[in-house]
Amino acid sequence: MASALPGLPLAAAVGEVGEGFFKERTGATLPCQARPSHLFCWDWATEHINRFGTPTVQQFELVVISVLIGFAIAFGLALLAHRFRLLQWPLLAGTGILFAIPSVAFFLLLLPITGTGRETAIIALSAYTLQIIYRNVMSGLANVPESAKDAARGMGLTDRQILWRVELPLAIPEIVGGLRIATVSTVAIATLAVFVNAGGLGTQIYSESNLTFPTAIIIAGGIAMLMALAFDAVFLTVQRLATPWRRAAAEASA
Amino acid sequence: MAPGGGGGVGVSAFLPHPFFAGFGGAIEFIFNEQESTVTGGKKVGGIEQVLELAWTQIEVSLLALALAILIAVPVGLYFGHKGTGELVAVGIGNAGRAVPELAAIALIAAVIGVGVVTLTIVLAVLGIPPILTNTFVGIRQVDRAPVDAARGIGMTEPEIVRKVELPMAVPSIMTGIRGASINIIATATIAPLAGVLTLGDFILGENVYGADGVLAGAILVAVLALIFEFALAGLQRRLTSKGLRLQAQ
Amino acid sequence: MNPPTQGYKVAPVPAAEVTGQSQSGASSVTYRGATKRYANASAPAVDHLDLEVAAGEICVLVGPSGCGKTTSMRMVNRMIEMTEGDILIGGESIKRRDAARLRREIGYVIQQVGLFPHRTIAQNIATVPQLLGWDRERVRARTSELLDLVGLDPELADRYPVQLSGGQQQRVGVARALAVDPPVMLMDEPFGAIDPINRERLQNEFLRLQAEIRKTVLFVTHDIDEAIKMGDRIAIMKEHGRVEQYATPAEVLMAPANEFVEDFVGADRALKRLSLMRVRDIRLWKAPLARAGQATAEVRAALDAPEVEVPYALLVDDRERPRGWLTTRDLAGDTVPATADAPLGPVLETGDVMRDALADLLQGESMYAPVVDHGGAVVGILSVEIISEFLASPEAKTEEQPAVERPRG
Repeated sequence: MASALPGLPLAAAVGEVGEGFFKERTGATLPCQARPSHLFCWDWATEHINRFGTPTVQQFELVVISVLIGFAIAFGLALLAHRFRLLQWPLLAGTGILFAIPSVAFFLLLLPITGTGRETAIIALSAYTLQIIYRNVMSGLANVPESAKDAARGMGLTDRQILWRVELPLAIPEIVGGLRIATVSTVAIATLAVFVNAGGLGTQIYSESNLTFPTAIIIAGGIAMLMALAFDAVFLTVQRLATPWRRAAAEASA
Repeated sequence: MAPGGGGGVGVSAFLPHPFFAGFGGAIEFIFNEQESTVTGGKKVGGIEQVLELAWTQIEVSLLALALAILIAVPVGLYFGHKGTGELVAVGIGNAGRAVPELAAIALIAAVIGVGVVTLTIVLAVLGIPPILTNTFVGIRQVDRAPVDAARGIGMTEPEIVRKVELPMAVPSIMTGIRGASINIIATATIAPLAGVLTLGDFILGENVYGADGVLAGAILVAVLALIFEFALAGLQRRLTSKGLRLQAQ
Repeated sequence: MNPPTQGYKVAPVPAAEVTGQSQSGASSVTYRGATKRYANASAPAVDHLDLEVAAGEICVLVGPSGCGKTTSMRMVNRMIEMTEGDILIGGESIKRRDAARLRREIGYVIQQVGLFPHRTIAQNIATVPQLLGWDRERVRARTSELLDLVGLDPELADRYPVQLSGGQQQRVGVARALAVDPPVMLMDEPFGAIDPINRERLQNEFLRLQAEIRKTVLFVTHDIDEAIKMGDRIAIMKEHGRVEQYATPAEVLMAPANEFVEDFVGADRALKRLSLMRVRDIRLWKAPLARAGQATAEVRAALDAPEVEVPYALLVDDRERPRGWLTTRDLAGDTVPATADAPLGPVLETGDVMRDALADLLQGESMYAPVVDHGGAVVGILSVEIISEFLASPEAKTEEQPAVERPRG
């Protein structure tokens, strides 16, 4: 069997940090750095918090761009499948396959085609969101009460008007729900963009020298989770604002 | 993947240049052992190494998935049937999605140490949220009329869970299991960071395996993930009653 | 849907299977101050309900929504646990029984049917027998017997619920409830979700079935017409499960106990009364009968007689079957002609339900209609006037003819 990680000293991979590591980065050995098993080093953190700025912005950009592209494609596909029922199953299966391929593998499968960099990461991340968004738009449209559509038809709305004025507004909760899940997952997965040199918080978790330094991992991972929670909160608010009738119903029943 | 089945020098010749040229080398890497182009003289690739790494990945993934199912399904069934703990069950699902796998693996490697057992446990933990949430939601969404009827004709609560709610929630539970499987396979791919050598070793070890090795790893992982996905989709079909399938149409 | 063409067959389950049974296979149900109080509600949902349902009777609990009728029913199989009081089945308190075992001995049919979508029709029906551990052969035999009993094609056994119509599904629901021949059945708006035509068919089928199986049935509905049709007795409930009147349908219609019942039964209760009667139950009028070739003078004399109530003569054949109404022009000659000038209009049978008879009269735009017996011979004349006189008469108030008559076992 071939060795473990190349470029990553074997010792580092099993939990020891090279002697020069902290000096090289901080210029001085802080007390808590003496023990690698020390979970969190506040001193190091306060001193180096700045280095997480750029990766955070990169991560944010990766997520926003990928989800926007993913939404545009998935929404279009869903409208297509809504119009042409025959496409429903193949599209579900197709997006399902993209969804099932682990992101790391997806990134690297694109290497011979798009090389390394942000584009590659964005393609893979967008592809990953397709299934989630597509499925939610479809089920949102499917759950629109037949009576509402029938009434709209009876009032003389065209199919297109019914879609944009009745079906889609009523499907908003599920569509936004899909966006919410897709975005939160993408935040987590975008840390893997480091493997195609696309930047992001992954750079602070996995780089050749600090894989085993828990403080950096915790900070980077923590920022990613906070970002995910922030997106979650934003989408929940959007969902509420976009569906005033649901609030009215909730108030009426309270 | 019979030895020699697709191997040979000629493969790349059939692939249109320049887009897919890279894949030819990767496929050769999978089937034929070769000398590392990076670290001089080391033998890398070949079907034997591929199968060995693949087996490790399959083993930890299956074990972790089984463990996750064993924990999450009963818990989801219990709370779903009782109808309590919705915030927790759904919250765990949401939180689970937000955990970056890379950070999880890296932290485990740094803090706890490495080994198949630790890895399996970590993977199982990552697999629990989608199964738990989908089981809970699946049970909650079971049409209340059959459950009321089941109770009314004298089923005990465990019988209701076993004979009515569980079979009716199979599609939702299986969706959760498929989601967990995707998480687990993906995370197992970066398991070499934690010292367990899976197919991800090819991906993460460009310095040993070269560009062909990285691509080969990506192909292999994708294929493995799809095999799991199709197997679970097939299982879902088998476990879903025909009556429910007819209803879904 | 194929209405059963032959009588239902029922094989009784050995009495050991079920307890508290009377000899007829049904048990009485007795409410004794049964009360349900919810923790967060100020007033009880059901307040000290006392009610006695005799073995083998259909007792309909009817009332506006929220009156506690469903709660009252669901306390019997402990789907809702009462807070106070007791309910006895066959004289035995349900409180001492294990809830699941108790329910296996009580048939349960609900509006939404609640068939298990993942099990075939046969498996659905076999649910309780399987819970009781019957052997496979016995389960199979009972299943096909029940399919036959509720008038379903045996070929449906291997279908899934989603493949059946609403009416067929509810028949399966009834079959499932009857699987172990329970002495008591609870039915919560069982036909409420079914279209009017099929509902009526299912109601009639169930009445015919009940005539055979004679279960004690608690039947919940909000539809007074259904209550009148299905009930041996009706309990009309107001809020908190208070019974305003507990009586036969006829009594409820003739003598509503109070204003609430009167309102609930509706302004058209006079018409509803008609659905409780058959044509033979009322005193019919006489019309002079005339045969072809008879002297018209004779017929004219008959028309002038004081006791004649119908101002026209009815032409009949030699077996007294009606042929048509004779007009003055028909009687202008010396002898009665072979065909009548005026068309016959509707002909009623003695067994017809009065409400249907009235509908026929109105539809045929005729004042009078001959009533015939089984052989087709005229036995009298029914007129719109008779019906309206009956509805206004004090005699109607004391009339206690049972609802559409049911065969008694």
